[in-house]
Amino acid sequence: MASVEIRNVFKAFGSTEVLHGVSVDIQNEEFVVLVGPSGCGKSTLLRMIAGLEEITKGDILIGGRQVNNLPPKDRDVAMVFQNYALYPHMTVFDNMAFSLKLAKAPKAEIQERVQRAAEILNLSDYLERYPRQLSGGQRQRVAMGRAIVRDPLVFLFDEPLSNLDAKLRVQMRAEIKALHHKLRTTVVYVTHDQVEAMTMADRIVVMHDGIVEQVGDPITLFDTPDNLFVAGFIGSPAMNLIPGRIGRRDGRVWVEARAGVRLPLRPNAPGQQGQEVVYGVRPKSFQIAPSPGDDTVDMTVGVVEPTGDEIEVIAKVAGEQVCAVFTDRLALKPEQTVAVRPQLDSVHLFDAGSGKRLVA
Amino acid sequence: MSAREAAARVRPDVIPEPSLVARLLNSRNFLGFIFMLPLAILLLVFLTYPLGLGVWLAMTNQRIGGEGFFIGLANFEFLVRDDVFRLSVFNTVLYTVIASVFKFGLGLWLALVLNERVPFKALIRAVVLLPWIIPTVLSAIAFWWIYDSQFSIISWSLVKLGLIDEYIDFLGRPNWARASVIIANIWRGIPFVAISLLAGLQTISPTLYEAAVLDGASPWQKFRYVTFPQLTPIIAVVMTFSVIFTFTDFQLIYVLTRGGPVNSTHLMATLAFQRAIPGGSLGEGAAIASAMIPILAAAILISFFGLQKRKWQSE
Ligand SMILES: Nc1ncnc2c1ncn2[C@@H]1O[C@H](COP(=O)(O)OP(=O)(O)OP(=O)(O)O)[C@@H](O)[C@H]1O
Ligand SMILES: [Mg+2]
Repeated sequence: MASVEIRNVFKAFGSTEVLHGVSVDIQNEEFVVLVGPSGCGKSTLLRMIAGLEEITKGDILIGGRQVNNLPPKDRDVAMVFQNYALYPHMTVFDNMAFSLKLAKAPKAEIQERVQRAAEILNLSDYLERYPRQLSGGQRQRVAMGRAIVRDPLVFLFDEPLSNLDAKLRVQMRAEIKALHHKLRTTVVYVTHDQVEAMTMADRIVVMHDGIVEQVGDPITLFDTPDNLFVAGFIGSPAMNLIPGRIGRRDGRVWVEARAGVRLPLRPNAPGQQGQEVVYGVRPKSFQIAPSPGDDTVDMTVGVVEPTGDEIEVIAKVAGEQVCAVFTDRLALKPEQTVAVRPQLDSVHLFDAGSGKRLVA
Repeated sequence: MSAREAAARVRPDVIPEPSLVARLLNSRNFLGFIFMLPLAILLLVFLTYPLGLGVWLAMTNQRIGGEGFFIGLANFEFLVRDDVFRLSVFNTVLYTVIASVFKFGLGLWLALVLNERVPFKALIRAVVLLPWIIPTVLSAIAFWWIYDSQFSIISWSLVKLGLIDEYIDFLGRPNWARASVIIANIWRGIPFVAISLLAGLQTISPTLYEAAVLDGASPWQKFRYVTFPQLTPIIAVVMTFSVIFTFTDFQLIYVLTRGGPVNSTHLMATLAFQRAIPGGSLGEGAAIASAMIPILAAAILISFFGLQKRKWQSE
């Protein structure tokens, strides 16, 4: 168990720089998820923690010790790879025991530790099998078992669930979380799936193009995204983002979008008259209003998709495509125009130029 | 629409009985047999026939231009007591064992080196293949020069370096000659082993090595526990071929020494040729050649078991 400090880390492959100064502090016993779109440098950062990639500039500390030049085996970290990387010619037992055998642990101890890991992961019946004789989920568990057996300071996961089907993914998600609860080891977990990040993380690090966009716990990221990228990335369906200008008159504030459509804002909303902004509202923050008013906006229904317990509507507001989710069973028809009231408390405003969140 | 098809249409629960031809054309076994037939005939004519003829000749006293009669195993009985034949068997085994061991060791080492990040990789790989692409006769002639008693570059270099006083007669003394032909054979055989093993190495996923590094494996342990076990299937194939090629070698010896000095480098293949064609005793030559069959068969059997699917390999 240990903290992991990443201090202003850069990484370049030849002349292309892929990480441009990343800093993250990971507490002891914390479950931190690195999330971001494909190619943003998550795996690279994780591999640098593991020691599989060199650090071009900056420092990485594990348990307070600088590890920049420490070979992987001396860092006491265990990694679960996306393709599991199980040794195909070894049984499940031997796969899990390999690191202990290399460390010349006594036979009895190896036996005991592997058995215990196998019990935690429900693998006891498969110890004599070869990887090819296992299902995807079982292989995934063996890969975790191999990490657990080592009792490392830090667990590193690189998209461990991306090769599993949707149902198994949900199940393994819960298992990994439960495992973390039981073992209380520091975990750095990489994924490009924001749902995985939201459900598993103590804290999320949102990365984009080699920089950190925002670090915070899931609720903070969801409620107060720092910038347009985080706003659009976290949450599913994604936040609706409508460009416009701030308008102020007689103590009232609004955003004037295309074609003069006024999007309502709360009276104490930030921003100056005429400022170019992006108006952000989550799909679930719309309410149907009985009649148009100052705090409503017209929405033209496009496609209606009932999912059973809610209705997802793809519609147009001020000429922009938006998504709205209603929990009431409304009888909405395509081409129909309805007045909707955005919940003013959960409207986000971002500066159009910098993409930064506007704060009052 | 035939009456039966019509009936089947009306009562879909009645499945019409297919005709014999239709059944045959749907039978995997029959189709497999038909498709294999042309190849089987080719194999029979071009492989089995010469082999059979050779074995038959081995049991006659046929001479070139003469008439031959069936004499049973008399040729073999004679050979068992023939010192030259016995020497050739010894030479062949020695040649095969030593050359194969070195080809394996050096080939594997070269493959491992080429699998690492080395500069000018493509160029180096092409160069490695050279000994294999040049016609054997050509490289044998080159070695002949290298080993020449008067013009040998090796002797010349060693003398200039002051390590020896006289030129070595590489091909003129038995043990020197044996070592010389074996080295030439190794040189020629390494590319096949190295390139095949390199292909095998490249199928091993790099993440396995990363996993092993994190598990605490040293470079040697990575080789011992990750690379080697996964390479064993391809090693079995490659070494089987290599042993067969070496065991049946002819060209190199024929160009370099013709079996001399005093038969000390005669292999079974060269002796068989010498007895049969220049010597005229077709029957005896065929018997020597046939004597190679059981040894080769044993080698193939060993590798067959070596090649069997390991439990961990996927279907
Ligand atoms: N060995 C390498 N040589 C050169 N460029 C590389 C190398 N490895 C990664 N990159 C580049 O670095 C960037 C980040 O790659 P990385 O694998 O970290 O992305 P990622 O965030 O893990 O993406 P994904 O979600 O697709 O796995 C990419 O643009 C990639 O092309
Ligand atoms: Mg990745």
